[in-house]
Amino acid sequence: MRTLFSPARLRTLGATILLGLLAAVVTGPTGNSDEPLRAAWDSIAGVRIVPFLGLAVALWLVLTLGPQLRGPAAALAEPVRRPVGVAYGRRGGPVVVNLALLAIAVVAPLVVSTAAQQSMVNDIGIYALLALGLNVVVGYAGLLDLGYIAFFAIGAYTTAYFSSQSAMPWHAPFTLNPFFVFPVAVLLAALAGVVLGAPTLRLRGDYLAIVTLGFGEIIHLVANNADGITGGARGAFGVPHLSIHLLGIDYAWGIDPLPYYYLLLVIVVGVMIAFGRLERSRIGRAWAAIREDEIAAEATGVATLRMKLLAFAIGASVSGFAGVLFASKQFFNPQSFSLQASFFVVAVVIFGGMGSRLGVVVGAVVLQGLAFYLRDKVQPADRYIYFGAVIVVMMIFRPQGLVPSRRRRREIELSESGVGAADALGAAVPAGPRS
Amino acid sequence: MSRGGAHRAVRSCDVLSRGALSRGALSRGALSRGALSRGAPTVGVSSAGGASSAVGGSSSVGAGTAMVPGARRPGPGEDGGGDLVVEARDLSLRFGGVTSLDGVSLRQHRGEILAVIGPNGAGKTSLFNCLTGAYRPQRGSVTFWPEPGRPTQLVGRRPHAITRLGVARTFQNIRLFPALSALENVQVGTEVRQRYGPVSAVFGLPGARRAEQEGVRRALDLLDLVGLRHRTHELAASLPYGEQRRLEIARALGTGPSLLLLDEPAAGTNPAEKRDLAGLIGAVAATGVSVLLIEHDMGLVMSLATSVVVLNFGRVIACGTPAAVQRDPAVIEAYLGVSDADADADVGDLGKDLR
Amino acid sequence: MGFLDQFWQLTVDGLMVGSLYAVIALGYTLVYGVLQLINFAHSEVFMLGSFGGLFTARALLPGDGSVPGGLASVGLVALGLGAGAVCGGLAAFTLERVAYRPLRRRSAPRLAYLISAIGASLFAVNLAGKEFGRQNVDLPDLFHNGTAFRLFGAAVSTQSLVIFAVAVAMLVSLDRLVAGTRLGQGIRAVAQDADTAVLMGVNVEQIIIVTFVVGGLLAGAGGFLYAMTFNASYSMGFVPGVKAFTAAVLGGIGNVRGAMLGGLLLGLVESYGGYLFQASYKDVIAFLVLVAILMIRPSGLLGERLGRAA
Repeated sequence: MRTLFSPARLRTLGATILLGLLAAVVTGPTGNSDEPLRAAWDSIAGVRIVPFLGLAVALWLVLTLGPQLRGPAAALAEPVRRPVGVAYGRRGGPVVVNLALLAIAVVAPLVVSTAAQQSMVNDIGIYALLALGLNVVVGYAGLLDLGYIAFFAIGAYTTAYFSSQSAMPWHAPFTLNPFFVFPVAVLLAALAGVVLGAPTLRLRGDYLAIVTLGFGEIIHLVANNADGITGGARGAFGVPHLSIHLLGIDYAWGIDPLPYYYLLLVIVVGVMIAFGRLERSRIGRAWAAIREDEIAAEATGVATLRMKLLAFAIGASVSGFAGVLFASKQFFNPQSFSLQASFFVVAVVIFGGMGSRLGVVVGAVVLQGLAFYLRDKVQPADRYIYFGAVIVVMMIFRPQGLVPSRRRRREIELSESGVGAADALGAAVPAGPRS
Repeated sequence: MSRGGAHRAVRSCDVLSRGALSRGALSRGALSRGALSRGAPTVGVSSAGGASSAVGGSSSVGAGTAMVPGARRPGPGEDGGGDLVVEARDLSLRFGGVTSLDGVSLRQHRGEILAVIGPNGAGKTSLFNCLTGAYRPQRGSVTFWPEPGRPTQLVGRRPHAITRLGVARTFQNIRLFPALSALENVQVGTEVRQRYGPVSAVFGLPGARRAEQEGVRRALDLLDLVGLRHRTHELAASLPYGEQRRLEIARALGTGPSLLLLDEPAAGTNPAEKRDLAGLIGAVAATGVSVLLIEHDMGLVMSLATSVVVLNFGRVIACGTPAAVQRDPAVIEAYLGVSDADADADVGDLGKDLR
Repeated sequence: MGFLDQFWQLTVDGLMVGSLYAVIALGYTLVYGVLQLINFAHSEVFMLGSFGGLFTARALLPGDGSVPGGLASVGLVALGLGAGAVCGGLAAFTLERVAYRPLRRRSAPRLAYLISAIGASLFAVNLAGKEFGRQNVDLPDLFHNGTAFRLFGAAVSTQSLVIFAVAVAMLVSLDRLVAGTRLGQGIRAVAQDADTAVLMGVNVEQIIIVTFVVGGLLAGAGGFLYAMTFNASYSMGFVPGVKAFTAAVLGGIGNVRGAMLGGLLLGLVESYGGYLFQASYKDVIAFLVLVAILMIRPSGLLGERLGRAA
C-alpha cells in the first residue's frame, strides 16, 4: 500500500487530476470575454466536478496498478481474441474480414435515420475519400500537406463553374453535367498540385508544411472574398445533381442520400483497390524508399522529386474528385474549405493509421461518427477541441494509428530504436554543398 | 606476374595533380610493414624489398591474391581494351572554410579495381560524393564513360540521374531501407530504369506486370550472387551487419552500373566476412563492372586493387600499384601517427621516429 | 508621389509592427535552433499571453471609462506586460510538457512532433474560443495616446514609441542572454550539438524547457503589446504567427539576431507594400515573402546558426 503513494505515483495522480479538471472545463459551459474565467470556474466549482475527479482517480489506479492487471485482463480477452486471430491468420483471412466489413458498409445505411444517412454521405463518405487521397501524400510519400482542402475547393468550384449558369457569378458559356466535370476538375486539381509542388517539394518537410498551409489559406481567402467570381461567402447554390445518360444507362441522382452513398461506396472501394496496387508497384516502393532514407533512395536512382510530385498530384486529384461529388450533392460555401477542414483530414489520417487504406477509412468513420452522435451534446465549434486533443493523444500513445499499416508500424518501431527516419522529415542532410 | 597489371596502374596514374609521382623511391622499407600491411598476415612479401620507384615498378601485385582464393583478376589484355571508365580532373571542394578536396585528379580504366586510401579526413568520401553528385565541387570536372566512346559530364547532375547513367554507390554507414525486406531493397535498385506509370500499375497492364516480374527476377539473382537468398523476405534492419553490407552491394548492383563505388565495404567486418567480401568484389569486377573503393584495410586493398590512389589533406600524394604505393615515402609519412590498430608490432619503431 | 510623402510615416509604422513580429519570431527561432522543430503552436502561446495580459490590465483599470495617466499608466502597462509574459511562459511550458516531451521520450519520428503541435494548436484555439468567446476583445486605452514627437514629418505616437521601446528592450535582453550568460552558452551548445552538449555536462532537458519558456515569455509580452495596439481574439495567433515565422526564416531560422532583423524588415516591407498595392493584401505579402525566401535562400539573410553567437 505504501508504494501506492510514492512520489512518482503521486505525480501521476496530480497529472490525472489536472486532466480531470481540464475535461470538466472542456465539457463545461461556454464563456465570454466579459467574465473570462467565469465559465471555467463554473465548470469545476460545484457538484459536477465529482464524476470527473472520480474518473481521474480511476485512471490513476489503472495506470499504477495496470501492469499487475495485465495478466488477468489478457486471460479474459482470450476467448474473443483467439478465434479472431486464427481467422485472420488462416489463408484468405484478411479477405474474409474485408468482405465482412464491406457487407456492413452495404447494409448500414438501411438501418439508420435519414439524417444519419445524410451524414454518412457528406461527412463519412466524402472525408473517407479525402483521407484516402491525403494518405498517399502523407502516408506513402511522407509529405505533410496542411492545405489539402484547397484542391477539394478547386474541384467544387470547377463543378459550379461548368455545370450551372446560376450557381455562382462566374460560369462557363456552356453547361456540362457534373458527371462530365469529373475529368476536368480532377485535371485542374492535379495541375494545381503540380504547380504548388514543383517549387516547394524540394524544401525541408517542415517548410513544406507551412507553405502548403499558406496555399490552403490563400485559396480559402480567395473563395471567401472574390465575390464576383465565386459568390464570396454566400457560396454556390444550384449545382445540379449528378446524372448519367450514356451507353444506355439513364440514371439521375437526387436528394435521396442513399444512391449517393452507394456511389461513394463503390468509388471508395475502387480507390482502395487501386491504391493498393499502386503501393505494391515500383512507385509504392520508391515512395517507401524516400520515406525511409531519402539520400539512399536518391543514390539508388529514385527520382525523388518526381516521385514526390506524383504523390502530390495523385492526392490533389482525389481531393478534386471528392470536390465534384461534394458540390453536386448540395450547395456549398467557403466555410467548408477552411483551414480547420484541412487539419481535420490530417487528423483522420493520423488517427486512422497513416499509410493504411483501411485505417484512414475507419478513421473517417469513427471521427465523423462520433461527431454525429455528439452533435446535440457538443457545440459544433467545440468539436475541434476534441479533435486537437485526439491528435495529441494519438501521437503520444499510438502514432501508427487505429489500424496501422504494417510497414508504417515497422518504420515507427525502428525509428524509436534509432534506426532510420520513418518519414521524409528526418532525412539527414549532408553538411556539404549540395548540387 | 602481372606485368600487365603494373602497366595498367601506370596509365591510371598518368594525369595527376601535385603528387608524389616524381619522388624517389623508398628508403624506409622496414617501416612500411607496420604502417601499411595491417590485416595482411600472409603478405608481408610484396611490401618490402621490391623494385625501386613508385612508377613502373614491376612489383608483385599479384601476391595479394593468395589471400583470396577464387578471386579472379583480369589478366593482361583482359582489361577491356584499356579505355577509361571515369576521369576526374582537378576537383576542388570547399565548405565552411574547410578545403576537402584540393585539385584532385584520377583516372580509372574499365574493368579495374581502383582503391582510394588515405588517413581519416583526407577527402575520400568527399571525392565519392563529388562523383555521385551529392556534393558539387567548386572546380573541376568528372567525365564518365558508361560505354566506350560515350563520355558524359557528371558535375551538376543530380544523384539519381548519375545513378541512372551507371554509377552506383554504397555508404560508409550502411544506408539500407530498414523497414523494407531484403528483396524490396534490391528491387528499388532493379527498378531504377523502369518507366511504367501509376495507371499501368493500377490496372495491371501487361507492360507493368512484365517489368515487375523482371525486376523481381533480377533482384533474386542478385540476392543469390551475394549469398542472401535465404533472407529474401526478412527486414533489412534485422540482418546481421555483414549481411547488411552485402545487401547494400546487391542493391547498388541492381541499378546495373558500369562503375561501382564502395565506401569502406570492409569496415566493421570480421576476417571471415572480409574474405567473403573480397571474393564478392572480385566476382563483381569479373563481370566487367569497374570498382572504385575506399578502404582502410590494406589487406583487402593489396589483394584486390589493380591501382591505388592515396589522398591526404584533399590532395593526391601517390598513385600506382598497391605494392609501389605501400613503399612510397610520402604515403608512409601520411600514415604515421594516424593508424590505430597497428600499434602491435611497431610501437617501438613509431616512437623512435616521432622523437 | 504619395509614397514619398508617406515614406517616413510608413517607416515608423512598419518598424513598430516589425518589432512585434521580431519579438514573436524569437520564440520560433529559439525552439528551432535547439530542437530543429517548428513549434507550430507558438502562435497559440502568443494568443494566450495576449489574453492574460489583456484581462489583467482590464481588471486593474478603474471601471469608469476614464483614461489613466502618468504613473498609473506605466504601472498598468508594466503589469500587463508581466501578466502577458507569465501567461505566455506558462503556456509554453505546458505545451512542451504535454505535447512534445512524451514524444522526445520515445524518440518519435519528426512528423509526429509537427502533427502533435497541430493538435495542440487546434485544442488551444478552440478552447480559448469557448472560454473567452469568439469575438474580438478590446483593451481600453491605458494612456493618452497622442503624438510623442515627429520624425522627418512622420507622427510617432506614444503608443508606437512604447511598443517599439519595449520590444527593443526585450530583444536586447535576449541577445545578452544568449550571447553573454552561461545559460545562453548552454542554449548555443545544445543548438550546435545536443549529444556533445550532454557529454560536456549541459543539462539538455533543462535547456529545452528554458528555451520554450523564454520564447513564451517574449511571445506573451508581445501579445499584450499586440492587444494594446489592435485587439485580441481566440484566432488572433494564426496570421501574426505565420508572419513571425516568415521573419524568423527571413533572418535565418535558428539565428537570434536574424529573427530581429527579419521581423523589422518584414514590418517595413509589409508597410510599404500595403501602401503601394492594397491594404487588404498585406497578409498575402508575408506569405509571398515566405515562399520567395524558401525558394531563393532558405538559409535566410544571416544564415542558420544559433550556435554562433551572432
